[in-house]
Amino acid sequence: MKLLVSYLVGLIFGLGISLSGMANPAKVINFFDIAGAWDPSLAFVMGGAVLVTFIGYRWAFKRARPIMGETFQLPGKTRVDRQLASGAIIFGIGWGLAGFCPGGALPVLGTGLSEVWLFSAALIGGIVLTRLVLSAINGATRSGKVSNINEVINGSNS
Amino acid sequence: MITEFTPIASLMGGLLIGLAAVLLMLLLGRILGATGILSGALMPEKLDDWAWRVAMLLGMFSGPWLYRLFAGELPEISVPSSPMMLLVGGLLVGVGVTLGSGCTSGHGVCGLARGSFRSFAAVALFMTSTVVTVFVTRHLLGV
Repeated sequence: MKLLVSYLVGLIFGLGISLSGMANPAKVINFFDIAGAWDPSLAFVMGGAVLVTFIGYRWAFKRARPIMGETFQLPGKTRVDRQLASGAIIFGIGWGLAGFCPGGALPVLGTGLSEVWLFSAALIGGIVLTRLVLSAINGATRSGKVSNINEVINGSNS
Repeated sequence: MITEFTPIASLMGGLLIGLAAVLLMLLLGRILGATGILSGALMPEKLDDWAWRVAMLLGMFSGPWLYRLFAGELPEISVPSSPMMLLVGGLLVGVGVTLGSGCTSGHGVCGLARGSFRSFAAVALFMTSTVVTVFVTRHLLGV
């Protein structure tokens, strides 16, 4: 049941991405190209998504717990640190170069387009590499507390 | 390259993305972040935390095909970036979203919607960084 729900949520997300234009790098890059062929469409994607989520979350959080889970798993961190800031800046550079973000590229992997696969392979390489490095650093500095990185990655807003 | 302004389709897509985020929180109590779902599917911590992520990825892969049922064709994907830009860009996105704990969906949709200060900071930084990158590559380097 949990798997079916997950599949359906993914399906709605993938349909939304397909409809929105987020999977189309030409459109994404034009959204950021204020000095050139500016296409403001993606502001409508963000606006619509944040609006629905803002209202829906308030409604969902009235419950004590999720319908099929123990607790709402929300990121506990509140401080803006150097790691968050540098990560966001590096992500922006990559997004500007490629025109794909993870949520835009993953749903269209099934189209078999080589550009999507090239981006996604590099994306996976970057994620795995960074997690291994972070986990090695954490393991070295706090031996026995390697689980810290797991909180960083999976308990976060990713 | 000019792209067509599509406010209605983009708004509808955004509403669906929001619906997916709300359903995932309401049902499973999880933030919908493409990065987190992928990252946890690739390198799971616990076995029982793995299957739902894979199921969700499979759902995502099916999305464009469902779209095709309605629209008659797969979503348009036109890529102005060279293979080298896709490779370097993909690598930087992977490094950045892992360090920064999230991407457009995690921070940009879920984080903003729940009023997370970290997400506001992350979105402001990555949006600015993307604008600067596109300006440099398009207008200064002429790529």
